[in-house]
Amino acid sequence: MKIIGLIITIVTGAFLVYAAADFPAWADPNSPASTYLSPYFIENSMKDTSVPNFVTSLLADYRGFDTMFETTVIFTAGLVCFILLRISGRKEPETSHYRHVLTGVTVTLKEGRKIPASEDFERIDDLWTPPDLIIKTGCRLMIPFIQLFGLYVIAHGHSSPGGGFQGGVILGASIILLAISHDLRTALERMREKVVAILCPVGVAIYAGTGTLCLLLGVNFLDYSALASVLHVDPIAARSHGIFMVEIGVGIAVMTTMIWIYNNISSAGKYNQGL
Amino acid sequence: MNMAELIPALIAKYNYWIYITLMMIGLYAMIAKNNLVKKIVGMNIFQTAIILYYVSIGVKKGATIPISAGGHGAAHEAVHAADYLNPLPHVLMLTAIVVGVATLGVALALCLRIYNRYNTLEEDEILAQIRKK
Amino acid sequence: MSQQYPALLVIVPLLSAFAISIAGWVNKRLCFPIIVTALSVVVYASIGLLLTVLEKGVVIYHLGGWPPPVGIAYYVDHLNGLVLVVVASVALLNVIAAKKSIEQEFPDKAGPFYTLYILMVTGLLGIVVTGDAFNLYVLLEIAALTGYGLLAMGEERAPLSTLNYLYMGTIGACFYLLGVGYLYIVTGSLNMVDIARLLPPLYQSRAVLAAFIICMVGVWLKMAFFPLHAWLPNAYTHATSAASSLIAPLVTKVMVYVMIRLILTIFTPEFVFATLALKNVVVWLAVIAIVMGAILALAERNLKRMLTFIIVAEVGYMVGGAWLGNRAGMTGAILHIANDALMTLCVFLVVGNIVYKVKGYAFENLQGLFRKMPFTMGAFVVGAMSIIGVPPTCGFFSKWYLILGALQAGHYGFMAALIFSSLVSVVLFFRIFEICYYEPFSDHHGHDHPPEPMDEAPLTMVVPLLIVAVILILVGLYTVDIVNHIIKFAIPEGLV
Repeated sequence: MKIIGLIITIVTGAFLVYAAADFPAWADPNSPASTYLSPYFIENSMKDTSVPNFVTSLLADYRGFDTMFETTVIFTAGLVCFILLRISGRKEPETSHYRHVLTGVTVTLKEGRKIPASEDFERIDDLWTPPDLIIKTGCRLMIPFIQLFGLYVIAHGHSSPGGGFQGGVILGASIILLAISHDLRTALERMREKVVAILCPVGVAIYAGTGTLCLLLGVNFLDYSALASVLHVDPIAARSHGIFMVEIGVGIAVMTTMIWIYNNISSAGKYNQGL
Repeated sequence: MNMAELIPALIAKYNYWIYITLMMIGLYAMIAKNNLVKKIVGMNIFQTAIILYYVSIGVKKGATIPISAGGHGAAHEAVHAADYLNPLPHVLMLTAIVVGVATLGVALALCLRIYNRYNTLEEDEILAQIRKK
Repeated sequence: MSQQYPALLVIVPLLSAFAISIAGWVNKRLCFPIIVTALSVVVYASIGLLLTVLEKGVVIYHLGGWPPPVGIAYYVDHLNGLVLVVVASVALLNVIAAKKSIEQEFPDKAGPFYTLYILMVTGLLGIVVTGDAFNLYVLLEIAALTGYGLLAMGEERAPLSTLNYLYMGTIGACFYLLGVGYLYIVTGSLNMVDIARLLPPLYQSRAVLAAFIICMVGVWLKMAFFPLHAWLPNAYTHATSAASSLIAPLVTKVMVYVMIRLILTIFTPEFVFATLALKNVVVWLAVIAIVMGAILALAERNLKRMLTFIIVAEVGYMVGGAWLGNRAGMTGAILHIANDALMTLCVFLVVGNIVYKVKGYAFENLQGLFRKMPFTMGAFVVGAMSIIGVPPTCGFFSKWYLILGALQAGHYGFMAALIFSSLVSVVLFFRIFEICYYEPFSDHHGHDHPPEPMDEAPLTMVVPLLIVAVILILVGLYTVDIVNHIIKFAIPEGLV
């Protein structure tokens, strides 16, 4: 297999090198890609949409249809991880471990028995390590600021690098940080499985719904200028607000999918303990 | 083409040689490696090389990032296309990166299922277990 | 509203996917009505769109209100319109037939399954209707990811087969993306019609040649063209019947559509058949694909796996027919897209019914089925006749056009391969008919053993199957109309 792989790789590489002879040189300002279509976006983004960040206006307005399907791809990935891994919660895990807080003694209960929640016993994972005060407190203090920064990144996608995808990942990372520094059950209490699973399609539906609203108002799909009548602004500002609305949808979808995938993979579908 | 023309032409297009090398490393890993997770890593390298290629298309000499320097208040200033990078490859590659992450998530979920069933991630051991049935 | 049909085709399934996903958590019984309603609206819109195209010509729809090449445009002509109707109808008939099978195999994950189902249909419809090369890549990945999810929910070996499909499918999609990147770097545009306008001065450039070959290899990987077909038999056999009867008829045919779109619209036939000298090589590869598919099918003892090798052979028909380089061959290939989707749906629905009742699909499980499941086996006979190529079923007519094209091009090897595979299909299917006709041998000890009672699959599984069988015959009878009104205009005049 290695020899076949080597032959295929060398042949393909040689073919690609042969084809690269016709390419424009690196950073050539007169290449067809730089002179044919993209000058329109750079010169007209402020005039059409009043958004200074050309990448955001291109992403969410000119080629917004692609971005809607990109968000659907994210939702699909979360859904596939769920459908492949999730074991329905009827079957309780066989053994669970509890630790007596005062003395440090570990109690193992078999056959699905449990101790009711009390102050003396805490539930621990198979791979338990002693709690580290610095990590727990540090992360608990940082998480609200991380979330605030995530919201900032979403909101300022118009004028600085950022947008829905980037901000959504930061927001998702804040909950995953909670799951890593404490344990998965703490994160699941903060954001339940059903909430995550329902918010994910809601996020993408906000994007598709904005486009459908434009369709119902009589113009083509995802033509945000129709929102001018709903929001009582001129069409150019309506495009800017339309971009913002879809970025919010994208942020919600990405955040919930990151959390969903992490929950499913780290607990192998059982949702009883994480990494 | 004599050497005097060949060397400057090679150096002027160095970004293409880099991306081709990375792509072939990724492709070789996907075909020749035995471990399923190593194949997934190779897949990621392969996709990243293509992303690198697209982004390198968008570079212009002497240009800055594609955000209008004047910000919101500069709606009436003229914007020259030669001053800013080409934003279109960046947008396309946002999509490609997301697709790559989604495929990675699905591939890892499948690897978890395979590991739960066969207790190994080496392809030859799995095929041996299947043939024994 | 009728100008919005192109957008509705994709938006209605997408929004209903979200509704089904939420309904799966809130009230499971709503999932099935929502999906049937959504697919019915899609069938209606696709037929309306085809009629509009027949009346007025090409339909162009600007998404976001931006004209191409600034924005993304949908571009519906005769070729698209036909394939859209086929995809929508196959999806609708399959979901009605699959309901009982889903309830039997995984009732608690029915909500996510229907969501993945309709997202896959969205992806396939989007691939067919789009006019933008990069948009096609995004939708290709949606169809691929949902396909991996649907196929992995099968038996024990399903995750490994799906993982192998994932590796090869990702390489294929990445090659397509690289090809689009090469086209972008030499033209600067992403819209299909625009690229076709900008390419002719560049036909001698090495980058355009590389773009064409890389795109072709990527698409061939995804349609399982020999020798890149190794993932298909395992992936389709080990999946559940509801998933395989959606994916087997549709995914490879939509990839054949993408190849034909690349040949006819983006790289025009002048470039593909005249400037490049690859025609003969590809047709000979197709001949090998057909022969290998037929021979490997003969070696199988398992009905579902045998049918997957027949799919490999059918892909060989279509690729060979398209690359013959003349009008008859291309007509045969386009007609075969529609016909093969229907034939494959018919036989895979039969396998679904058999699995529902008998819980197995090896040859040993098939004994006595003609008496136990007469309607299912009647439809199987019609499907088998179509695959063999017996008039008046549709399979005969597409083979007829392909043979005509082979004769016109002087390619007798391709014609011989077509006839060879028909003969092998006769052997394959009559072998199964013989097994199904005779009851399992039971010791009588002299007592009179009453024959097995009829134990047919439920109505929701049998009625769509019978509808497909009837459509197979109807499409065959109306072939001349379809060719003269639709396919004739799908092929540019330059192709003789």
